[in-house]
Amino acid sequence: MSPKTLYDKIWDEHVVHEAEDGTCLLYIDRHLVHEVTSPQAFEGLRMAGRTPRAPEKTIAVPDHNVPTDPTRVDGIKDEQSRIQVEALRANAKEFGIEMYDVDDNRQGIVHIIGPEQGWTQPGMTIVCGDSHTATHGAFGALAHGIGTSEVEHVLATQTLIQQKSKNMLVKVEGTLPPGVTAKDITLTIIGRTGTAGGTGHVIEYAGSAIRELSMEGRMTVCNMAIEGGARAGLIAPDEKTFEYVKGRPHAPKGAQWEMAVEYWKSMRSDEGAHYDKVVEIDASEITPVVTWGTSPEDVLPIDGSVPSPEDFQGGKVDAARRALEYMGLEPGTRLSDIEIDTVFIGSCTNGRIEDLREVARIMEGKKVKDGLRAMIVPGSGMVRLQAEEEGIAQKLQDAGFEWRMAGCSMCLGMNPDQLAPGERCASTSNRNFEGRQGYKGRTHLMSPAMAAAAAITGRLTDVRDLA
Amino acid sequence: MEKFETLTGIAAPLPLVNVDTDMIIPKQFLKTIKRSGLGVNLFDEMRYDREGNENPDFVLNQPAYRDADILISGENFGCGSSREHAPWAIKDFGIRCVIAPSFADIFFNNCFKNGILPIALPQEQVDLLMKEAEKGQNARMTVDLENQTITTPDGTQVTFDVDPFRKRCLMEGLDDIGLTLEKGAAIDTFESGAQATRPWM
Ligand code: SF4
Repeated sequence: MSPKTLYDKIWDEHVVHEAEDGTCLLYIDRHLVHEVTSPQAFEGLRMAGRTPRAPEKTIAVPDHNVPTDPTRVDGIKDEQSRIQVEALRANAKEFGIEMYDVDDNRQGIVHIIGPEQGWTQPGMTIVCGDSHTATHGAFGALAHGIGTSEVEHVLATQTLIQQKSKNMLVKVEGTLPPGVTAKDITLTIIGRTGTAGGTGHVIEYAGSAIRELSMEGRMTVCNMAIEGGARAGLIAPDEKTFEYVKGRPHAPKGAQWEMAVEYWKSMRSDEGAHYDKVVEIDASEITPVVTWGTSPEDVLPIDGSVPSPEDFQGGKVDAARRALEYMGLEPGTRLSDIEIDTVFIGSCTNGRIEDLREVARIMEGKKVKDGLRAMIVPGSGMVRLQAEEEGIAQKLQDAGFEWRMAGCSMCLGMNPDQLAPGERCASTSNRNFEGRQGYKGRTHLMSPAMAAAAAITGRLTDVRDLA
Repeated sequence: MEKFETLTGIAAPLPLVNVDTDMIIPKQFLKTIKRSGLGVNLFDEMRYDREGNENPDFVLNQPAYRDADILISGENFGCGSSREHAPWAIKDFGIRCVIAPSFADIFFNNCFKNGILPIALPQEQVDLLMKEAEKGQNARMTVDLENQTITTPDGTQVTFDVDPFRKRCLMEGLDDIGLTLEKGAAIDTFESGAQATRPWM
């Protein structure tokens, strides 16, 4: 048998039917739904008189629309948001789907709660009507975003019609320098390969720097596979993965646990497996980075300067010109001279407990600069509780951060947390598109450590200079 | 699903790279629980100012392109989120075909589910069609899915690739779910096999 990649293995294990032209019907083990991309899917089922094939394989959670202030349990004020959340509640009830509602401590961003509840496991196929489903790939699961029509397809059939993607390997070998984190790895990769570099591929992240990462760090890396254009990101499961899954509410128990671990251990790429594309990165060369433009590929080391449109070629010249105008930046400005108005720490990229611990560590003995708006939005109610128990929540509030309820919050302005026009934000989220965090809002993507550093000085700052 | 066979109409040029789904349909319009009615908000932030007045410079506001049926754009079109609201808005506006050098994966997929034909062509051919489209109202092109050709007003023909299964679904207006449900027995077999080898899943 020829050697297989991890992606090949998971794929092969899930093919229900293969047509002559290679189109496959792929079985889906786990499905997650949120309020924004599911109402039309449930409506479609209802109109066709269909029912979910395996409702126990789907969980539902509201996250994009929910406000992050505590009064939200008394009802969401924005009428359209409220209707969407109510629709999710009604649909979950009607179709027998488990839901973590707004008043449930387990509620949070869909990609945070999947792993947290042990719903995400190695070797599975996992989908959600959300592009950042790639996050779950950190467990060695084949996880990707789907559109609403596909959400309906999965509900009705527990399968998806798919064409196999190509294999891409991103290998990060070596040791990360101090101050450099998983977010810097993933942004650096996108800066290197571009937002279309992974199109048509599933990326497997490997190498010693990836193996060294915690599960949280691995999720941060896989989360942004989609920003690199890939359908999904994958990391082979190992002891760290099993340790993380063990004992969680949906994790296998007893004899099944032993059986599962045996199986999971086989979920890794074989020696000599073929990749269609290989990118190698030396971890020791990665530095703390930030984005300057309106595409996640607009990445530069923090000690760099704003580029000029002439530095680019082809369609990128105009794109850069447009980005600079939108961002209100002059070529040649040192990135560390850019002043910010807001700091947002949260999202499915960096809203986990480890991220909050990192911010608390940087903030030790320091304060958020006067006049800045700085908010921390835990990725789930469970993260929030844990941070409160560890005393981090209090420390962060004492340092001047707002401490919010769980949700997508300012990662995208669908709820009340938004940037005002022209406002500039140091953000730990994953997209810096025009208008993403609010109409005419300006986003600089970075790691939690770098966002904390920016909170202290009020401008983009090299976290290594604070030590 | 609405069938797609041939389409003759006006092509609007949008020479931008990385047109993302937030540009196509900003998030404030994702709060709908319906599929229809999003066409007026297509490209909202480029198309209107804050007060809702049209920006006369934006291509779809120009008299020649108000009824565009085809959109021609730069590489990596549709990158960003998985929101199917993007193709819903495009379709609701009246555009049934998008031509670009490359597309983001999920968007590309979502188009086919909604009777929209996304066509990826080499950059030179996109540049050629873009030039034609810039001629305005006379730029009526014909997209023939059966023969996989695009014909410009002066008779120039460009051929394109399309996945055979997706082509058939578009041409016959087939419902994916219906097709899959016909394979119910294969799904049953798969499930019992998986139950035996991976019972914890
Ligand atoms: S946190 Fe942001 S990227 Fe993640 S699911 Fe929510 S909106 Fe999407």
